[in-house]
Amino acid sequence: MTDWYMLLAAALFAIGAMGILVRRNALVMFMCVELMLNAVNLTLVSAGRALETLDGQLATFFVLVVAAAEVVIGLAIIVAIFRYRETASVDELSELKG
Amino acid sequence: MTAEVVIFVLMGLTALGGAITVVMARNPVYSGLGLLGTMLSLAVIYVSQLAHFVAAIQVIVYAGAVMTLFLFVIMMIGVDVAEDTSENLPRQRVVVGVLAAATVGFAIYLGVSHGFAWVPAASGDPAAEATNGTVQAIGEELFRTWVLAFEVTALLLTVAAAGAIALAYFRRGRTVRE
Repeated sequence: MTDWYMLLAAALFAIGAMGILVRRNALVMFMCVELMLNAVNLTLVSAGRALETLDGQLATFFVLVVAAAEVVIGLAIIVAIFRYRETASVDELSELKG
Repeated sequence: MTAEVVIFVLMGLTALGGAITVVMARNPVYSGLGLLGTMLSLAVIYVSQLAHFVAAIQVIVYAGAVMTLFLFVIMMIGVDVAEDTSENLPRQRVVVGVLAAATVGFAIYLGVSHGFAWVPAASGDPAAEATNGTVQAIGEELFRTWVLAFEVTALLLTVAAAGAIALAYFRRGRTVRE
């Protein structure tokens, strides 16, 4: 059964990575990062269960906390960029000059 | 067929469907709702894996707080701006799709046809009492073995909150105050 959880997590991670590479909207790319984090969480919980330990679930807890902090900062940056440039498309933000 | 298999198939399919919606949907709101579906499906999977606390915080923090914040920002930035679908890199979508399919295909090849052991010590049915992630069990472990990491987490969240306020407060060349 663990194998199937791992395969589901691998598929979710691959879809998330695909979204990062294909989409231009910064918000959608950010959601794809969350999708990849969720896939890794599933891996951690499944592996922890197979190894009969709670450490996987605790690692998931910390991943979740870091993801929450990341969302706060990331969305603040996206909103700040949007106020200057009126766009959320990463293609139009390709120059580092502000 | 045990209940866990049935739950895995149903929730795995909805999780994959939600994930594909995130990538394919033109409208960012649909992407957000697809991600919400994936997160809730994973929460159900966590319950069937006896990770009760993780399932609870998955719903409260991810599906509740994070997705609300996402939808809030999507509505604030505006959903009517159509995304440019032209390809700057030739055949970018096809190449990325093939790469993703190859990754998953290789994982399936390893796991199904070669019996690859994803977790080395995995043996049969795990003991339920060892992995029963109740709030009490998680809390005891969290405040004994992992207490330092937990303290650092508090620092991280404080820095993140201060950083978000700073990003909103200071504008180029001037502050909001003036």
